[in-house]
Amino acid sequence: MDLIADRGRRVTVEELNTTKLLAHAAEQAKQRKFEDMLIVDVDAHHYESEHMEQILPFMENDVLKQLAMSGRAKGGRGAIMPQSVGYQDMGGRVTRYPLRSSEKTPGKEHRDVQIGHRWMDAMSVDYSCLFPTGMLSIGLHPQKEMEAELCWAYNRWLTEKVMPESGGRFFSMLCLPFSDPDAAYRQVCEFGHRKGVGGFMVTTVRPKVGVYENAYMKTYRAIEERGLVLSFHSGPAWGESTFQSCNRFLSAHALGFSWYNILHCTNWVVNGMGERFPKLPVMWIEAGLAWIPFVMQKLDHEYLLRPSEAPLLKKKPSDYMRDMFYSTQPMEVVDEVALQDTFRQMNAETQLLYASDYPHWDFDLPSTIYDRPWLSEKAKHNILGGTAARLFKLPPRNEGQKKNLERFGNLHT
Amino acid sequence: MAEQFVCKTAEFKDGDRRIVRIGQHEIGVFNHKGEIYAYSNYCLHQGGPACEGLTISAVEEHLNPDKTSKGLFFSDTQMNFVCPWHGMEYDMSTGECVSDRKMKLRKYKVTKKGEDLYVSV
Repeated sequence: MDLIADRGRRVTVEELNTTKLLAHAAEQAKQRKFEDMLIVDVDAHHYESEHMEQILPFMENDVLKQLAMSGRAKGGRGAIMPQSVGYQDMGGRVTRYPLRSSEKTPGKEHRDVQIGHRWMDAMSVDYSCLFPTGMLSIGLHPQKEMEAELCWAYNRWLTEKVMPESGGRFFSMLCLPFSDPDAAYRQVCEFGHRKGVGGFMVTTVRPKVGVYENAYMKTYRAIEERGLVLSFHSGPAWGESTFQSCNRFLSAHALGFSWYNILHCTNWVVNGMGERFPKLPVMWIEAGLAWIPFVMQKLDHEYLLRPSEAPLLKKKPSDYMRDMFYSTQPMEVVDEVALQDTFRQMNAETQLLYASDYPHWDFDLPSTIYDRPWLSEKAKHNILGGTAARLFKLPPRNEGQKKNLERFGNLHT
Repeated sequence: MAEQFVCKTAEFKDGDRRIVRIGQHEIGVFNHKGEIYAYSNYCLHQGGPACEGLTISAVEEHLNPDKTSKGLFFSDTQMNFVCPWHGMEYDMSTGECVSDRKMKLRKYKVTKKGEDLYVSV
């Protein structure tokens, strides 16, 4: 298959086969004996936009459904989801983007399950938390009722049509329509008990929403009561006013993913949400790690002088941050000393969970954790899967994994 | 010294590549404008198949004498090959990582024997 390179020059590459593309990941897994280590990926993706013909029929409101389906029809202009400008494929350099449609999936299971199992098997990932891709921008939709409808349809489709075909290896934290607090609450009540639902996810690309608003308290309470996880997943929004002076995607991407989690995590901490919902596990996803010590230091410094503006806090902001969970990817492996200190500041051994973000361009393999020479064996096991096994109540898939989960206190009974 | 047949030189045109294995060594062999290059196929970033992705000219930003930018251009002289996992770019002529020239892929010796091309460890 030909890809277009510089000046229209054609370069021949093989058709995409995820197993073949990730053959080196499988080699790494074998060399490191990952089979005996339960590995949980708390942030992986699929491209739900390629299955909208399956998703949209689950919309409830007839008028909105007709609008959405008509927009997708041939000749329609098609954009029912907020679109973000970006060059995730790096001009075709990350070949799985332009080649994605060429991948064959002859099995009976859903295409996303077949492809998902290929990369999970290559990386030796046992369980993956599956998130959408395009819907990560759903918070920018101008209609809160359409956001609620699309989340509802996606959540039904995912729990009824996709995850049941994964043999229990996919789970999800379902997408919450956060612009409509009542709809968000309803979806927690409706979907919270379903198989494969480990929690609920708020996309943080929402510059004007405060996570502290009273309207959200019943939703947080409902998630906490069910023993589920509340996660916040970041993303870029190059078109947002904050980033409009960025003239390169690199800049908008690096800042955007960090910024939206910085924004909402700050509001979460300062408004004492950790005091209000002490048993609610909260996870911050896909902003890397470098932002965490930055926010810890900034908030501790300001709180020291202005405690009257955060009267619910009974300890330092950084202590509340150390009560929460964080996903690893995209982990900034550029300065081992800085990275090690970041791990120390956030109590990574108990608070950090491995995430691949596959198939997105900046995915991380499990070896990014396993190969850190300064990490203890316990920390490696916890981060790569043990902590997630406890949090999401995931069983081992073989005896070796069971022994290791028991050894580090992560076996869910 | 272990040696591996790559292909017939007549079958290896400008722009072609082959991936060959010698024991534990997986090697990407390129023909770029008649020059043959052979590098380790293990990306220095996360171990991806560094030689199996796109080849694409380096991108340059050209400046005017007053330091204003003329914009972005493809290089007329530097070709890169790109690891398909994350887009890490390597200079075809040296095997150096474009964003950090201290990082360099192992280079392998290529030998022509009559009509045949060999790579050796």
